[in-house]
Amino acid sequence: MSGKLKIRVDQDKCQGHARCKSLAPELFELDEFGNAHEVGDGSVPAGLEDKAWLAQTNCPEIAIEVQEE
Amino acid sequence: MSDSVSMMPEHPPVTDWVNDFDHTDPRWTENPFPIWDELRNECPVVHTKRFLGCYLPTTYQAVKEIAYDTEHFSSRRVIVRDVRPEVTRNAAPPITSDPPEHKPAKQLLLPPFTPDAMKKLEPRVRAICNELIDEFIADGQCDAAARYTKHVPVRAIAHMLGIPEKDGDLFVKWIHMILELSIKNESMLVQAVQEMSAYFAGHIEHRKTHPTDDLISTLMKAKDKDGNPLDDSQVLGSLRLLLIAGIDTTWSAIGSSLWHLANTPADRDRLIAEPELMPSAIEEFLRAYSPVTMAREVMKETTISGCPVKPGNMVLLSFPAANRDPAMFPDADKVVIDRKENRHAAFGLGIHRCVGSNLARMEMTVAIEEWLKRIPDFKLDPAGKVTWSEGTVRGPRQLPVLFGKKN
Repeated sequence: MSGKLKIRVDQDKCQGHARCKSLAPELFELDEFGNAHEVGDGSVPAGLEDKAWLAQTNCPEIAIEVQEE
Repeated sequence: MSDSVSMMPEHPPVTDWVNDFDHTDPRWTENPFPIWDELRNECPVVHTKRFLGCYLPTTYQAVKEIAYDTEHFSSRRVIVRDVRPEVTRNAAPPITSDPPEHKPAKQLLLPPFTPDAMKKLEPRVRAICNELIDEFIADGQCDAAARYTKHVPVRAIAHMLGIPEKDGDLFVKWIHMILELSIKNESMLVQAVQEMSAYFAGHIEHRKTHPTDDLISTLMKAKDKDGNPLDDSQVLGSLRLLLIAGIDTTWSAIGSSLWHLANTPADRDRLIAEPELMPSAIEEFLRAYSPVTMAREVMKETTISGCPVKPGNMVLLSFPAANRDPAMFPDADKVVIDRKENRHAAFGLGIHRCVGSNLARMEMTVAIEEWLKRIPDFKLDPAGKVTWSEGTVRGPRQLPVLFGKKN
């Protein structure tokens, strides 16, 4: 995986399990109801790619999209 | 405690699990995993005529389809019982709500249970754990279910609600009546709900003249979606839900985790040597020993994973069985404390995701961490007997362990 990653949380799917926030706190933030949003525009800083994939593969609602740019 | 009622004539021992399953059968209570494997090999959705008709999905896929389908499956009844109690009497929004009522009811409860809110509660839970351990550590043995795992969630939720932690025994009694005894005796449900409502009504009344900064006052100050304050019955319903959903469940989850660690010295030693594995270990305990099975009621005919499903029946929505599905989890029957991919459904899937999941995780983590710090070496007491709760929530109710010089 050489390209930069971009993540997005699908707000229709997220139910606030907060697994992503626990696994990759640098990449996700939670709103007042505990639902997750990507930090900033979702660009994954270099070095955090593994965490992005880890969050994606542990979301019970399959609400996290990871795209290689 | 449940053995005597299991002998009642309307629950004869199961001889045909595929066509006549019974989640209150003593063999299911003791060790449900081989039963689920047998059923899953047979069909993704099985049916029993017991409980006035009930389906059981056993695959992750079937459980997920039902959890996401609020059109055909209602949450108005979430416990499978011998009878179908009137729905309004036991409403505990949002767990018993369907869309569109569900979302506003749930949004009222979510803010006090975010991970950040739980961080503020964590020091008190850590202190509770150590106060409990102080009471028995010198004995070299204890029933960990009765002396430890039960009291952690009871005291934590009492602390959050702003009610005396010593009232915990009352809560445990009501919850046992509602979740276990009432499956076969409806009068237990009625009595427990009445007692619980009277207890909380007193606390609500007191706060009308003496406001506090606890969760009861937060709920009393909350506004519904139209900006109106909740009436007393809505506050009571929420409090009933938090108590019922917040105690047996986490008691069970902490207990099953300790039971596993008592049986598995290698995992215990590894967790002590590599504490950074704690988060993945907690998720794995939640997957492998998921405590909670919710229910749905079929409202309209449909098919689930190719199986016809008819209205009038209940559904035992077995997140625990889904989490043991080998099609979803490699080595599903093994506990792998550093499992990397783990989309377990212990807290449900879809709109009814457990409101208290962040609280439960925090309590589990703190309770296991503090236990391992103080009692790193322990084992099941061969002279004692581990017993498991029956029905909706599964976890150890007696967990005799030896440690220290008695180990």
